[in-house]
Amino acid sequence: MTNQAFVTIKNAAKSYGNLEVLKDINLTVERGQIVAIIGPSGSGKSTLLRAINELDPLTSGEVWLEDVQINKKLPFRQYEAHVNQVRQDIGMVFQHFNLFPHLTVRGNITLAPRMLKGLSEADANKLAEEQLAKVGLSEKIDEYPSRLSGGQKQRVAIARALAMKPKVMLFDEATSALDPELVEEVNQVMKQLAEEHMTMIIVTHEMDFAASVCDRVLFMDQGVVVEEGPPSVIFQNPKEERTRNFLRKHLSR
Amino acid sequence: MGLDFSVVPDYFGVLAMGAGWTIAITICAGLLSFFGGIVFAVIALYGHWALRLPVRAFAFLFMGTPLLLQLFLIYFGLIQIGIDLPAFVAGVIGLGLHFAVYNSELIQASILAVDKGQYEGARTLGLSRGQTLRRIVIPQAVRAVIPPMGNNMIALLKDSALVSVIGVMELTLAAQQAISRTYRPFEFYLAAAFCYYIVNLALEAGLRHLERRIAASR
Repeated sequence: MTNQAFVTIKNAAKSYGNLEVLKDINLTVERGQIVAIIGPSGSGKSTLLRAINELDPLTSGEVWLEDVQINKKLPFRQYEAHVNQVRQDIGMVFQHFNLFPHLTVRGNITLAPRMLKGLSEADANKLAEEQLAKVGLSEKIDEYPSRLSGGQKQRVAIARALAMKPKVMLFDEATSALDPELVEEVNQVMKQLAEEHMTMIIVTHEMDFAASVCDRVLFMDQGVVVEEGPPSVIFQNPKEERTRNFLRKHLSR
Repeated sequence: MGLDFSVVPDYFGVLAMGAGWTIAITICAGLLSFFGGIVFAVIALYGHWALRLPVRAFAFLFMGTPLLLQLFLIYFGLIQIGIDLPAFVAGVIGLGLHFAVYNSELIQASILAVDKGQYEGARTLGLSRGQTLRRIVIPQAVRAVIPPMGNNMIALLKDSALVSVIGVMELTLAAQQAISRTYRPFEFYLAAAFCYYIVNLALEAGLRHLERRIAASR
């Protein structure tokens, strides 16, 4: 492991019964790097992303965040405590937002910092205001999620994750559920995070976005990383036949 | 013989007393069914199998047999094994447990209906299982469960008439007593029905108020 290694995945494998969804995957993400994972549906890219914060634990292999092994084998109670702790450092944004509908935008953002970091109400409110300003939704602080558009919901979900001051952000098809005209506002927020050198791992179907924002692109198919490299290589000059076939379908659209 | 409601006011005290007992038994059994329902639901969803199994058997028993029989068993049956409960207590236990089983089903369904994404959203932030349940899942389940559980409470109020058969002097038995003195069943049963209706209106208004308050905080 080099000094720069920030998120490290070693020999990751996962299977459901006889079905192997991840096969011996190795990935090192450096601090401040932005990595896109692309590939056809069912290729295992979301599963890999969800393995990083133990939402879908690996069958075998290791996941590290800096010098902490995330998927440590521990007795149940210790494991739970460990996972709850490391997840605070890993922000995640979902395709379907997963905002809490019974809480206001403010409540959504302040809940975890208050419960887990012991922030006072005033500090948590200040934090919520800062994060909302960052995603351009200051005026929505007292709205309930049901009053927001999809793009606004996703920006609140990003603000909620950022409020925990994570070391890395995971995006699981963050714009796939959005109407086309709402995609750009979420992409803007993600670009802004990129400029602030947030470490990000992004599962996406948007090749243009991946090409313009990411440092590296992984192409996955059938549970393996077929090819990886800088976007200029992957998108313009891929070596593998499978990558070319996939991109032909996606870039022509 | 025509209808003659003029005798009804003479028994106003008896009927009012009966209505009072009906309200008392509904409140006590309602509370028991509410908290019992929560306990049963938690055991059914999260309990150890050694607890879950007897609770399921118990639920099956209470849902598969008539409430009237259950009241007889608790009041007349338990005496034989040395448990001599006052009629009111036996009535509260019978009604309360019977509806607790139904409330438990509603609570379980409303907890299971909370989207998986809600758990993932909360756990990803670092919340523990318990914190996720308390702060995210249960508040949403409560909002979903109140309207159908309110219907159960209205059913409980009406079924409380059954405890008259074990001698609790509630509204139905009070009406019967007035009838035995006056031989005017139609008038007094109608008067009793009217009383149930009034109490039910009040209960429904209370439930609607509760639903509105919860909808407002959504």
